Order: sequence, then structure tokens, then C-alpha cells
Amino acid sequence: MKEKEFKPKIVSFLCNWCAYADPRDIEEIKAFASIFPIRVMCLGRVDPLYVIKAYILGADAVMLAGCRPEDCHYKYGNLIARRRYALLKEILESFDLDAHRIKLYWVSAPESTKFAKVVKEIVEEIKKKGPNPFKEEMFI
Amino acid sequence: MEALRIKKGIGDGIKEFLRFLLEKNKVDAIFALTKMQDGFSYSLIKDKKIIDDVNPFYPFMPANAGKLLSRLTLIEPLRKPILAILRPCELRGFVELIKREQGSSENIFFMSFTCPGVFSLKKYSLGYEKFFEEYKEKIKTGEIYENIRNTCKACEHFLPYTSDLTISLLGENIEEETILIIENEKGKKLTDGFEAERIEFKKSFEDMKEKREREKKRIMKETEEKGRGIDKFVRLFGRCISCHGCSKVCPICYCSLCDFDSKVHEIKPLSYEKEMEKRGGIRVPSGVLLYHLGRLLHVAISCVNCGMCTDICPVNIPISEIFLTVGFRVQKLFDYVPGKDYEEEIPLKTFELEEFTEITE
Repeated sequence: MKEKEFKPKIVSFLCNWCAYADPRDIEEIKAFASIFPIRVMCLGRVDPLYVIKAYILGADAVMLAGCRPEDCHYKYGNLIARRRYALLKEILESFDLDAHRIKLYWVSAPESTKFAKVVKEIVEEIKKKGPNPFKEEMFI
Repeated sequence: MEALRIKKGIGDGIKEFLRFLLEKNKVDAIFALTKMQDGFSYSLIKDKKIIDDVNPFYPFMPANAGKLLSRLTLIEPLRKPILAILRPCELRGFVELIKREQGSSENIFFMSFTCPGVFSLKKYSLGYEKFFEEYKEKIKTGEIYENIRNTCKACEHFLPYTSDLTISLLGENIEEETILIIENEKGKKLTDGFEAERIEFKKSFEDMKEKREREKKRIMKETEEKGRGIDKFVRLFGRCISCHGCSKVCPICYCSLCDFDSKVHEIKPLSYEKEMEKRGGIRVPSGVLLYHLGRLLHVAISCVNCGMCTDICPVNIPISEIFLTVGFRVQKLFDYVPGKDYEEEIPLKTFELEEFTEITE
């Protein structure tokens, strides 16, 4: 029997006003990646705790997508998200955990092709890296 | 800096000053470590007779006083002035809590001291008095005593930042005299009318700071080695019994309804089945790593390294050492010293337009 191909699981937190603006995109993407979209009203209100939770429970990659710095719907939510993301990355790095599995992208609403493009990028990268080692960890 | 020299040993000298404050009605009560029954605990003292039992330098920290002051002032500020005597890290903890709107410094005079560190609470019941003489000797020379908490050994913030009055302990002849440094106008008002020799205080703490920095580097290196890579990382927290004691004693962990005490992160029966299939088995209850990483995310940026968490841990996980190591990294990232300044915003509440541009795409 042919071994099942590794299809990375990507949990994505998508800003309601940009990355999630065109849900048809997500349907297309689902063809080549198992993406779990979570719609949030603003990326700035996502507690990094939930990002970590996805990572520890075994998501191969966690993707955060929000508006570009200058066009946040709530003026500066994305800038706060960026600080939180920097903090999260630093904490993971201090334990030498793979912080590259968590990604922050700026995807504004008109760039519909960018969203598909970045997901493709992530899939390529994760395929090279292999599955998340936390997937088989009993002690979580 | 202006200072007062009281020609009495440190214990009697400070008690004399406290009695003066109560007699002259400069403050309504004193908040300090006091002998109570068999042990010491923080108390509010109004009666002059009980001042004899006060010993703010008692080398144990039964609770972080910052957290206690926040409890006192959470609902409304104090109506009458009090004098709070606390350690520099406790004061920093209180400042961080005020920034989070968990208390008010109104009507509180702060007195602190150059802190020689405290013993681990685990030594409390183990005939700790035998260490006291050695501890005293080390205070006089300003060296680090090897029996104190690890975080105290590595503490470079042993000088208080926001106190009104500071008692100089390190490197002083504490059996003969008490040096009381006046830091600001508020402190000056308290000392007005108190009869003592006024002197000019000059002292360099550079070499003490250097010693502690060296110790800090050593502890950080050790801890970093313990937690590098996923296997070691899991093993580091592997002993945790999920009692959540570390969050109960932490001054920065202030949420009265903690996310981790709720059922939000509990895995439901259906998911348990799925997870077991995937992993071969699963720890019950799950969420230990999430708890510790979550606490790091919420607290590390403001951690004042008081060391309560390691003290309280029943299975001896070096939590405060981990927070020291991770906290150092994240605080450096945002160039932030927790509790140094009332005005400085918590890094996660604010932002700059151009920063961390390399981490986003």
C-alpha cells in the first residue's frame, strides 16, 4: 500500500477584515493543505496562549494573518499583535523549540492571491521539516 | 543623597523611627513583617507596643508584599496614610500591579532597603536560626550568602527604585548604626522632626552589582542547558503536579478568574479518544506545558524575580530560574525593567510603528 502523503495541518487565525475577506480562497486552498481557519475580529485580540495551544496540541504550523501595518480596521490592532508575536517567538526560542512553525503575515484584503501564495510557502517549508514533534508527545 | 544616622543597631534604630512616626501621627499604621504566633507574617500595626515585634529584615518572604498591598487597595485607595516596609522586588511587584490597575499607591509611604536576599521558605522549619549569624556577617561585607534563594543571588535590582525612604543594609556596620536614606520630598516630610545626625550618603554598589550579575549569568546558563530542545523542555516540567501554586503566589499573576482554573483548556472525551490514538497515550489532566508556557507568556515580561514560585513548588521545579532566564530575554527585547517606573507602559499595551519588521512577511 502506498504510504499516505504528509499533508501539513495549518491552524490559521485570520483577521475578519482582510485575510478572511474572501472565504472562496480558503475553499481553494483546502485542496492542497489541511487548513483550519479561525476567524477573529482583530489579530490584536488573539491571546498568544491560543497560538501556543494549537502548536502544543500538534498543529504543524500556525499562521496568523492580519492587515498591513497602515490599514488596520481598528487603527493599530495589528501592531499590538506584532509585539505579542515577537514575545511568543522569543519565549519559544529560549527553549529551542521550533518558532518557525508559527508565522505572522500581512495580507490586506485586495491581495487575494497573496493568501494562497503564503499558504503554499508554508506547506513547502513544513513538508521539508516534517511533522510537529509535539504530535507524538504523550506528556502535554 | 541626604541621610539620617541613628546611633543604634539596625533593629532598635528602625523601631525608634517607627515609634516616632506613630507618636507624631505622621502615619496611621505600619505595614511590615511582624512576629505573629510561631512565625512571621505581614501585618498592619497601629499600636506602639506591638512595634517591638516588627522585624522587616527577617530573612524570609512568607508572601510577596506587593500582592498583599494590592489586596488592600484594590477596591479603593487607603484613606489614612500608612508606611509600608517591603523588599525591593516586592515594591517592584506592587508597581507592576498598579500599572495593571490592581491597586493604588495613594496614601502609602514606601520604605525599602538594600536587600541582602532571603532564605528559601523550605528552610523555615529546618532549624534556620543557625544560619542567621553567618547571614549577618555577609550583610556587613556585602557579599552573596550561599544559602539564600537562587534568584536572590542573581538579583541585580537589590536597590529599590521607587521607595521614599531607604535603609542601607549592605556593607554597613548594622550592629552599631542605622542609616536611613531620604530619597524624595515624601520621605523628607516623614523624617522632619526626627532627631538624628544628618549626613551625606555616598556609596558605590558597583562591585556588588557585578558579583550578582556574574551569579545571574551562571544560573541562566545552567537553566538554559536544562531546557533546550523539546525532550529536555518536556522533562523540565515533567514533575509538575498541576497544583497551580506558582500562579497563586505570583505577584504578577493577578487574574481572580484564571484561564487555567477554568474548564476552557480541558480536553473533551471525544478528543481524548482521538489524542490517544495519535499519541499512544496521554497524561491526565493534560495541559501542563500549556500552563507553564501560558504563564511565561503572560508574566515573564513583568516578572520581578521574587522567587516565590520556586519556594512554593512541592516538586522543586526551578520555576523562578526559568522565569529569570526567559524574562531576561523578553525584557531585553522590549528594553523594559519591570517595576522601575510608574510611568513606563507595559510593553504589550503599547507599540511603535517601525519595529520587529524582520519577523513579519
